[in-house]
Amino acid sequence: MRIELTVNGERCEADVWPGESLLFVLRERLELPGSKNACEQGECGSCSVLLDGELVCACLVLGAQADGRTLVTVEGLAEDGVLHRVQEAFADAGAVQCGFCTPGFIVAAADLIRRVPNPDDDAIREALSGNLCRCTGYAKILDAVRAAAQ
Amino acid sequence: MTVTRQLPYGRAVVERRRADAIPKTTGEFAYSSDLNAPGMLWGHTLRSPHAHARIAGIDVSQAVSMPGVHAVLTHADVPGENRYGLEFRDQPVLADECVRYQGEPVAVVAAEHPEQARRAAEAIRVEYEPLELVVDMERATEQEPLHPDRPTMGHGYRDDPRPNVVRHVVIRHGDPDAAGDVSVEGYYELGIQDQAFLGPESGLAVPDGEGGVDVYVATQWLHVDRDQVAPCLGLRPDQVRIHLGGVGGAFGGREDLSMQIHGAMLALHTGRPVKIVYGRDESFWGHVHRHPARIWAEHRGTREGRLVSVRMRILIDGGAYASSSTAVTSNAACFACGPYAVPNALIDSTCVYTNNPPCGAMRGFGAVQTCFAAEAQMDKLAAVLEIDPVELRLLNALAPGGRLPTGQLITGTFPVAEVLRAARELEPPAAEPLPRDSLRLPGGAGNTTRGEGVQRGVGFAIGFKNIGYSEGFDDFTAARVRLFTAATGGLGAEVHCASAEVGQGVIEVIRSTAERELGPAEVVVLPATTASVGSAGSASASRMTWMAAGAVQLACREAMEELRRRGGTLDGDAIDIERIYRHPPTGPLDPETGQVTSERAHVALACAAMKVVAEVDVELGLSRIVWIGVAQDVGRALSRTAVEGQIEGGTAQALGLALMEEIQTRDGLITNASFTDYLLPTTLDMPPVESVLIEDPEPDAPYGVKGVGEFSTVVGTAAVASALRAATGRPLTRVPVKPDDIAL
Repeated sequence: MRIELTVNGERCEADVWPGESLLFVLRERLELPGSKNACEQGECGSCSVLLDGELVCACLVLGAQADGRTLVTVEGLAEDGVLHRVQEAFADAGAVQCGFCTPGFIVAAADLIRRVPNPDDDAIREALSGNLCRCTGYAKILDAVRAAAQ
Repeated sequence: MTVTRQLPYGRAVVERRRADAIPKTTGEFAYSSDLNAPGMLWGHTLRSPHAHARIAGIDVSQAVSMPGVHAVLTHADVPGENRYGLEFRDQPVLADECVRYQGEPVAVVAAEHPEQARRAAEAIRVEYEPLELVVDMERATEQEPLHPDRPTMGHGYRDDPRPNVVRHVVIRHGDPDAAGDVSVEGYYELGIQDQAFLGPESGLAVPDGEGGVDVYVATQWLHVDRDQVAPCLGLRPDQVRIHLGGVGGAFGGREDLSMQIHGAMLALHTGRPVKIVYGRDESFWGHVHRHPARIWAEHRGTREGRLVSVRMRILIDGGAYASSSTAVTSNAACFACGPYAVPNALIDSTCVYTNNPPCGAMRGFGAVQTCFAAEAQMDKLAAVLEIDPVELRLLNALAPGGRLPTGQLITGTFPVAEVLRAARELEPPAAEPLPRDSLRLPGGAGNTTRGEGVQRGVGFAIGFKNIGYSEGFDDFTAARVRLFTAATGGLGAEVHCASAEVGQGVIEVIRSTAERELGPAEVVVLPATTASVGSAGSASASRMTWMAAGAVQLACREAMEELRRRGGTLDGDAIDIERIYRHPPTGPLDPETGQVTSERAHVALACAAMKVVAEVDVELGLSRIVWIGVAQDVGRALSRTAVEGQIEGGTAQALGLALMEEIQTRDGLITNASFTDYLLPTTLDMPPVESVLIEDPEPDAPYGVKGVGEFSTVVGTAAVASALRAATGRPLTRVPVKPDDIAL
C-alpha cells in the first residue's frame, strides 16, 4: 500500500507492506536509519520519534498508521544546520559511547525540555526511564540533559 | 601516584568531543544494521527450538519455492569446514548431526523482503529426535559427552577424563590445609547475565565478483573473524575482508561469530549483497553470555585478621560450545582469592559443556563470579573477627613485590591499599528524611511504600583482574601510519589500526596518540578493516587502550624518525610504515599445580574498590541503590571523561547482575529472551556514581596507561550484594537477589 506522510518537514511517499512498522519504513524505505532497532517491542526507546508532536516508539506504530501524519525523527532536530542544544550537550558531556541509544535519548530529552522548562532530577529520570542505555550508566546522559535544560 | 576526585558536571573541564559524538547524536553514524547496497537481499536464520536433539532430516523444498526467496542453505551447503570457534573449532556453521542448544542455527534463507525470509524459514521442515538433556552443571561430568571427540583435550591444559569438561584448572599454593584461628565457609551462585548490547547482531555481506566476499559487521576483533570465516567458506584469508560496521556495544558478546559466515554464504550463493539483522529474541540466542557459577569457599585466618588459606571450588557452565570458556575458567581461578596476600591456597575451577545457552566472554570474564564469592567471604571473616571490613582488607592487601597464588611476582603498579583507602574516604550523602517522593524509595514509581519497612545498609568490596591476553598468548596490535604532504601544504597523516571501536572510545586513543607523537600533523584515523592493516587483537580484556596506544606510538615514532632521516621533508614521497606492538610476554600455567612457568601468566593487573549505599524495603523485598562511590587504579587516564564513562557504565552492569539481570532457563530453553522479561537498569535504578581515579603509571605500558573497562564490573556486584546484606542482615548468597530472598 502507498502512504503519504510529512517527515522532518518534507512530504514523503512510500510503498509499504501493511505489516511493516513505522520504524522499518523510516529505516528501510525513507533512508532515515537514525531511529534505532534495538528491541523492536517498545522497551528500549531507541526508536523514539515525535508523531504529531507526541513521543512514541516507532517500532510500535505501523507504517500504515502514519499515513497523513507528521513525524519528527532525530534527523530532523537540527534547524538550518544548527544542532539542537540537547545534541550539543550530549557531545560535550561524554554522554555518547556506542551511541546506539543516543538518537532515542536525544528525541526524548528534547521532548522533555520542550514540555517542562526546568525539570528537576526526578522529572528527568522519570521522563527518560523508558530509554535504555547499556554503556554509560546514565550519569553523563543526565549531566547532558541537565545542562541542556538550563 | 595521584588521586583525582571527580568534579560535578559543569565544574569539570569539558574535554574535546569524540570524533564520532556528533554523528551519533544526529543519526548519521552508520551502524552495522544501517547498511544497504543495491540489489540487496535479507537473510534470516532458522534456529533450533530444542536444547538437544538429533537432526533426522531437513526438507527445504517448500521454502525454496516461496515468493521472493533466492536461497535456502543448510549444513550441506557450507563450502568449507562446517566447524569454527575462538579456541576450539567445535561449533557448526549450520547444525548437521544434532543441535546442542536452543537457538542453534540450522538453516539460512535469503529473500527480497525480511518477512519473506522469515516465512520461508518457518516453512523449512526439520525432523528432530530429542536427546537426553545435559542441563545441570553438577551432573554434566557424569552424563554422556556432548562432544565425544573431545576437542578440548590435548591442548596443553590439565587433561581431565570426566565427560563434558571444557577445562579444569587447579592452583595449589603453599599448604592449603594450614590451620587458622578462625574459618568461614560459604556457597555462592550467580545466574546467567546477558551483555544486552543495544545494537543487535547485524551486518552486510557483499560478493566481490571474483569468488571473495566483503563483510561489514559489528565485531570486536576483525582478523580473528576473518581467520574463522575463511576456512568455513573454503576461501583464502585474503579473499575474505572484514570491515567494521558501526558497533552498538559489545561487552564481550561480539567476540564470537554471529552472522558473518551465514551472510557470506548467502552472498556468495546468490551473487547479491545480503543483510542480516537479528531481532532481540535472536540476539539472546545468538551470542554467548556470562557464565553462571556455583562456588564453594573456605577462608581461614588468624585472630589478628591475616589470611592463612583460601580454598575454593568453582564450577561454571559453558553451555554447548567452548567459545572462550577455557580462559574464563582460568581467570576465575587466578583471581579467586582477591587482591590479597594469601600464603596458602587450593583453587579448583571447572567449566563444563551443557545444553544450556552457550557462555563465553562478558566484561569481567570470570573475575566477576569469584569476586562475588571472595568478597562475601571477607565480609564474613570481618564479622567473625569483629574487625572493620575495610581494615581487614587493608591488612591483607597485596602490593608490588607480593605474589599471587599462581606464584607470579607483582612487578607492575598495583595500588590496592591506596584504592581501598580512597574508596573508604568517599562519603555518601546522609539518608534523606521521610516522608519523601515515592520515586526515591524502594518500589519507586510503583508507589509501594511510604518508607515504613525501609532499612539502609552500606556495603564495600574490592576486585581485580588482568589486562591483556594471558597464559602465553601472542598478544599484539599492528598500526600503520602514512605521512604525506596535505592539501594545505602541511604534514598530513593517516593512521590505520584495526582495533574495534565498540563505544569505549579507542578511536580517540588512536587520534590523540598520533597527535601527540606526530606534532603538528593533520591526523586522519582510517576505518578499521582487515584489507589494509594487520591485526589489532580484540577489543577485550581491558587491553585496547594500552595496545592501540602502543602500536600507534611505535609506528608514529618510526615514521617521524624516517622523516628526520630525510632531513625533515617528504619531497612528494610519502612515508608508509606499519609496526607491530607486543606487550611483555606471558607464559602458561603449569597444568597440574597452576603455578607460573615463566615470569608471569598475566601481563598486568588493576583493581577497583566500591562503596555502596542501599535502601531495602524488607517487607516487600524491594531494593533501591542510593549512592555508589568507586576508587579505581587506572595507571594513567588519557581522558577523564572516557574513564569515568567506563566506570559508570561498568557499575550499571554490575548493579544489574546484583539486582535484576538473569537469563532464566527451563530444560535448557530460555524463558525470557526479550527486554520485557530480561530486566536492565534504567535511569530510575542507577544512583549517582562518584569516582576517584588512582593514577600510578604502569611501567610496561605506553604513557603508563592501564585498561579501565572491566574493573567496576568486577567489583560492583559484590559491593551491591554487600550493601543489601548490611541492610537486611540476610546471607544473600545468590545473585541476582530476588525479592523473595529478602522478604520471605
